[in-house]
Amino acid sequence: MSPTVSPVVVLERVRRHFGAQVALAGVTACIRPGEFVAIIGRSGAGKTTLLRCLSRAIVPTEGAVRMGGQDLQPLAGAALRAHRARVGVIYQQFNLVKRLRVLDNVLVGRLPHLRGWRRYTALARVFDREQRDAALSCLDHVGLLARAWQRTDTLSGGEQQRVAIAKILAQEPKLILGDEPVASLDVMNGALVMETLRRIATAAGLTVVSTLHHVEYARRYADRVLGLRAGRLVFDGPARDLDDGAIREIFGAVSEAGDDEVQMARLPEPALVTS
Amino acid sequence: MTGPLAGILGGPPPQAPPRRSDLGRNLLTTLGLALIMGLAARVIELRPLELVRDVGNIGVFLKGYLHPSFTHIGEYAWQCVVTVCIALWGTLLAFVISVPLGLLGARNLSPHPVVYFAARRTMDVLRAVNEFVFALMFVTAVGLGPFAGMLALGIHTGGVLGKLLSETIEGVDPGQAEGVTAAGAGWLHVIAFGVVPQVLPNYLSYVLLRFESDIRSAAVIGMVGGGGIGFYLWDTIRSFKDGEAATVILLIVAMVMCTDVISSRIRRAAI
Repeated sequence: MSPTVSPVVVLERVRRHFGAQVALAGVTACIRPGEFVAIIGRSGAGKTTLLRCLSRAIVPTEGAVRMGGQDLQPLAGAALRAHRARVGVIYQQFNLVKRLRVLDNVLVGRLPHLRGWRRYTALARVFDREQRDAALSCLDHVGLLARAWQRTDTLSGGEQQRVAIAKILAQEPKLILGDEPVASLDVMNGALVMETLRRIATAAGLTVVSTLHHVEYARRYADRVLGLRAGRLVFDGPARDLDDGAIREIFGAVSEAGDDEVQMARLPEPALVTS
Repeated sequence: MTGPLAGILGGPPPQAPPRRSDLGRNLLTTLGLALIMGLAARVIELRPLELVRDVGNIGVFLKGYLHPSFTHIGEYAWQCVVTVCIALWGTLLAFVISVPLGLLGARNLSPHPVVYFAARRTMDVLRAVNEFVFALMFVTAVGLGPFAGMLALGIHTGGVLGKLLSETIEGVDPGQAEGVTAAGAGWLHVIAFGVVPQVLPNYLSYVLLRFESDIRSAAVIGMVGGGGIGFYLWDTIRSFKDGEAATVILLIVAMVMCTDVISSRIRRAAI
């Protein structure tokens, strides 16, 4: 895979309402190519809404989202699919097709790249050698080559999330979005997944925007942190500036949060993926 | 309370909010149901006493069936084979009809509400019209015989399977399909990768169940000219050849039992 230069992502006074409820109350930010951006905030602060505006799963009620100068709002049909192909999304629940083999799930990332009659043979899950080899090397890259022919639901959560990463590698995206990618993993696997993401982003020059539950993950892996509170951007700065004052600004006092919103668990030293 | 929790849970019992009595509503519902069932009994001329008094007549009727006649058993057995073949092709036709209808009639997959509505209503019509009616219709087009029966069975079952397929699709885990959509895949690819693997086991099970039920339907569709053993069932009963009719009934029972056993074996092996 050749190094990719991600386009600039611009959010212009993005507002998003769901009925009477305001999820985003005017967010403006500019994300530079190659940045690793963490979005943090309490549940309901608008993190996922912001992410879904970037993936164009939803459109803002007001304001605009631009990628490489292109407004995402009018996209439809083939142009919308092309946009989705250039944005790789990893989910909290992995969103892999459980009954498919691991390699088939990675090959899903190749679907938008198929041309001509190969698109139709893919309906029967028949791919040419070039596509299969591409998917296999993506799988190798996350250290799961040996699992290629297993059914996906036989893998552990951490392994499934790495399959999801292999899938978006196969997709050759320009931007990676993470919707709580490590929230349902244990600390070890969470760290492993974040390491893998970080390594890919650095090697390929890809932009990563990810919501993260653990402030500690944001501190360790992100270049820049966006803090949301009640739909407003209350913090925008380098991860090293995320001090106790900033945390209070984003999350409120612990007594206000009332539950485990602020998770400051100590992370283990990350294990490196052998590849 | 005397246990270790007495300190927390002791004291005077708390005053629960007043509860509304359901007695009146339950009584009214029971009376209403009884009224409806009573009227329905009048409509169907329910006379249980007559059944008790004249139950002996059934014995007279059945007596003729105690001695099955095996003179034409070869012909009847062959008609059972024809019946199974009608059900096999009928189910295949139903499968082919049900896939597009089921895909377009699933709310979470249909490309447009109008398409959804059209597919749903088409399936309703196919299901509402009995296979016997379809058989009468196809007999006028392709003549008496198994071909008409197979068409009738396939069309009706196509509606049933289509409805079951669309409902299975509406129950899939949307996350798994979203993972495919988000990769930039088109409609057909989302179906092939995100939907088909999820619905396949259940749907195959439905197809096999319907095959069993198609065997039973095919065994009687011959009465209206749809070919197979049904014609002989009708013919022997109507002309009071009790021994012959008994043979036909025995063969049908054996055939239905065999196919049920085989298809449930397949279902267990495949799913």
